[in-house]
Amino acid sequence: MADSDQTGTRGGFPDPPATAPLGHAAARPDAIAPLQVANVGKIFGRHRALASVSATMNAGEITAILGPNGAGKSTLLAIVSTLQAPTSGAVRWGDVELRRGSPARAALGYVGHEPGLYMDLGALANLTLFADLYGVTDGAARAAALLERVGLGGAPAQAPVRTFSRGMLQRLGLARALVHEPAILLFDEPSAALDPAGVTWLATELRRERDRGRVVVLVTHDLDAAAALAEHIVILRRGRVVRDERRPGPWGAAALRAAYEESCRG
Amino acid sequence: MADGRSPALPGFWSQALRIARKDLAIEWRNREILATSAFLAVVVVLVFSFAFVVGGVAPPPAVVAGILWVAILISGVVGLGRTFDRERDGDAIRALLLSPVPRAAIYVGKLMATIGLMLGVELAVSVLVTVFFNARVGENAGRIAALLLLGTVGFATVGSVFSAALLRARSRDVLLSTLLYPIVVPLLIAGARGTANLLDSSPDLDAVSFWTEFMIAVDIIFLVVGAWAFEPIVSGD
Repeated sequence: MADSDQTGTRGGFPDPPATAPLGHAAARPDAIAPLQVANVGKIFGRHRALASVSATMNAGEITAILGPNGAGKSTLLAIVSTLQAPTSGAVRWGDVELRRGSPARAALGYVGHEPGLYMDLGALANLTLFADLYGVTDGAARAAALLERVGLGGAPAQAPVRTFSRGMLQRLGLARALVHEPAILLFDEPSAALDPAGVTWLATELRRERDRGRVVVLVTHDLDAAAALAEHIVILRRGRVVRDERRPGPWGAAALRAAYEESCRG
Repeated sequence: MADGRSPALPGFWSQALRIARKDLAIEWRNREILATSAFLAVVVVLVFSFAFVVGGVAPPPAVVAGILWVAILISGVVGLGRTFDRERDGDAIRALLLSPVPRAAIYVGKLMATIGLMLGVELAVSVLVTVFFNARVGENAGRIAALLLLGTVGFATVGSVFSAALLRARSRDVLLSTLLYPIVVPLLIAGARGTANLLDSSPDLDAVSFWTEFMIAVDIIFLVVGAWAFEPIVSGD
């Protein structure tokens, strides 16, 4: 009972370039279509969490979604990740609508503040499981390569991951999100509870994925992290986009803070 | 597709089996569910044996059948709850739901693993009941096994849906029992009545057939409703 999407094609991976053993999406920013959020609204009971939110997230660019508590950031990410259905509007990737049940979901990778792993399984077993579920050819080899990449190649192979430190779990969570070479990477407060070294490592990984041409979306409260990473910011307030602006490079702390305070004032 | 190609996704049954294998592999590593469920079941059987076996005389078949099914029910709830707790730890369920695995395949995979684990416990409980109550399990072992399988399928079918619904609830252990027991009562009654007949020295096979068919009908209803309800429940819609 394999799924098939509306266009008759399957899945959402770009062609693998010959020069990138770990990344189908690598080195070809123009190969990946932008992620488009079009007039997305979400109502929970009598509460309107999002009202006609529109934004375009380009490949090869880090988009930071910012805003105060209750602005709708996590709701927007849940909709983009297809975990929740929008009340109105749609999320499109190229000519495909991203929604639950669409095989195009295979183009998504998600990293949250929880690692999204089976805590009683080992690191390799976790990655192999998800590789299998995504239909990755030679999942065990791919999993082993990813473990090396995130610096866990020396971790005990059989030890349940619940024995890992917070930083190790976050590294493994990123490896899990990358196991199927997603074209779109979604990060929800990924640096929460990480130590400074972990935050630095994560920033390096985000830049690396951006440079490989993936669509990278980061939801965060950490303005400094966003300022150092994001070229594109979308600021939400009370469920609406109050600022959607791009710069050629990372914003920088002062500029981003000024833009944020101006947008969220009043 | 806008951007090229993808590896072929595994088929429905392949994904369901992979999920079931994952649950069984976790259980094989720590044997937590089997140990706690079997322990509870043994305690139940032991307590009842001290209460009902007086002067070396075993209680009537109806009582023995009731004890068997109550032990299965109590141990089953513990196993169900823990199977889904493993999805909650580390927010693994989110990663699973984000994968291109159909929700129905997740449901079927969880169901297969739960049934497998419960049947393992039931085997041990059946042996204990045979020993402690001198029950005639061996004479109709096949039919009794069929009733246990049908009861387990129905129980796990509904239980998996409720366990998924209660995944993020605070008092999920209490709520699971509260919600599940009333719904599986028809299965429990049918299983106990059918088993009581089979444990009797002169079993009424017509009655056994009736209860077996009743359980098949209930299982089909539960399976259809469970597969239909799982997706919106687990998705929080």
